[in-house]
Amino acid sequence: MAFLELEALGKAYGGVEVLQDISIDLFRGEILGIIGPTGSGKTTLLRLVNLLEAPNSGSIRLEGLTLNDLTEKEKLSARRRMAMVFQKPVMFKGSVQENVSYGLKIRGKKDQKIVRSALEAVNLSGYESRDANTLSGGEMQRVALARALVLQPEILLLDEPVANLDPKSAAAIDRIVQSLVGQNTLVILATHNMLQCKRLASRVAVLMKGRLVAVGEPGEIFDRGQEQLLSEIAVPW
Amino acid sequence: MEEIWSGLLRAFELIITLDPEVVGITARSLYISLASVFLASLIDIPVGAMIESREFWGKRNVISLIHTLYSLPTVTVGLLVYLILSRNGPLGSLEILYTPAGMVLGQVILITPIMIGLTITALGEVSPQVKDTAKSLGASELQIMITTIKEVRSAMLASVLLGFGRALSEVGVAMMIGGNIRGYTRVLTTAISLETAMGNLELSMALGIILLSISLLVNLVMNRLQGR
Repeated sequence: MAFLELEALGKAYGGVEVLQDISIDLFRGEILGIIGPTGSGKTTLLRLVNLLEAPNSGSIRLEGLTLNDLTEKEKLSARRRMAMVFQKPVMFKGSVQENVSYGLKIRGKKDQKIVRSALEAVNLSGYESRDANTLSGGEMQRVALARALVLQPEILLLDEPVANLDPKSAAAIDRIVQSLVGQNTLVILATHNMLQCKRLASRVAVLMKGRLVAVGEPGEIFDRGQEQLLSEIAVPW
Repeated sequence: MEEIWSGLLRAFELIITLDPEVVGITARSLYISLASVFLASLIDIPVGAMIESREFWGKRNVISLIHTLYSLPTVTVGLLVYLILSRNGPLGSLEILYTPAGMVLGQVILITPIMIGLTITALGEVSPQVKDTAKSLGASELQIMITTIKEVRSAMLASVLLGFGRALSEVGVAMMIGGNIRGYTRVLTTAISLETAMGNLELSMALGIILLSISLLVNLVMNRLQGR
């Protein structure tokens, strides 16, 4: 059985359909790369999976449990199995340490060791006491990733995680994402960076105007006659 | 003019020598206003946060009404609370008319619109991404609310101070609900009013200086917080 099943998912804002008929089965330990041009609905899809918004149609099932039908309390439990890193991460007021340990704190946990190792993983050791809102965009992005990693989520949702990052930081994030595969984490990576997608994803889904137009192994999508499709995405490699 | 100067000198003397009556009135003023603002914060901050975070029919009108009530005349609140607490009123059985507890109740009602309104305004400044981030990291509704409030803690503290300032400086409720009973419900504002009417200007001025100093201090702290 698939770990996460999206079935005929649809979402509209003010009558404009942003996502239509999205169906895909996802499994533990895989990295699904969602590629598509700006406005294709990648972020909305991640938000639906993270239960930040409700779909207008279709369903999301996690280990067979339909998430749409759950009570708010049950949704919270489901959401606590996931973590999302936004394209433009927001830092809470306070130190890097406070930001990274936020998710643990609200779960009533306190584990300095895991916070330290998450900061180490994103190359931000020694930043613990820095004011999080004075960091550079790239540093904030890495703190946001560390903030998600400490929760050891079963599903990690990444929205353009390396946009605006320097190559070194981007490579660090790539390494972390790859290491999650061995931990049985399902990673859903929305990006318009095809190179990153090809490098990391075990499967690729192409989203165009709110519809999934192709799903397959990176080899199938990138190498076998999908040039026309990919050219529509119009983002450099 | 000479009378004013000698009055002022005597007023400072009363303050410096810690005149028992001056100290008593000041302490009472402070504890009644602090109690009011503490209770109002417990009610108004969550209510303001709930109004801000939820979408419901007539929300805009509710917020407009709250803003209108900022300038609620203190005597109107005094009259309303008097009617509620008087022997035949709905809370007459509590027998808290002409007591500090009654004054606290009146002041809570008086400062509630300001504190709810300022809470709504402050929380409205928080970007929706903050709430989304908290939610995506597994925060419950209550934890999201607390996180949001913490994001604007300076503005929230400023609203609490503003509430305190309004409670401390109002006369209507203190006079009508407290009754200005010496040693029991007499506070800075009612004492100034009474002592001035009685021609006891030295005591009036001493109390006025104290009231002004507290207000000045509150404003200084508020300005510092808003500058952050």
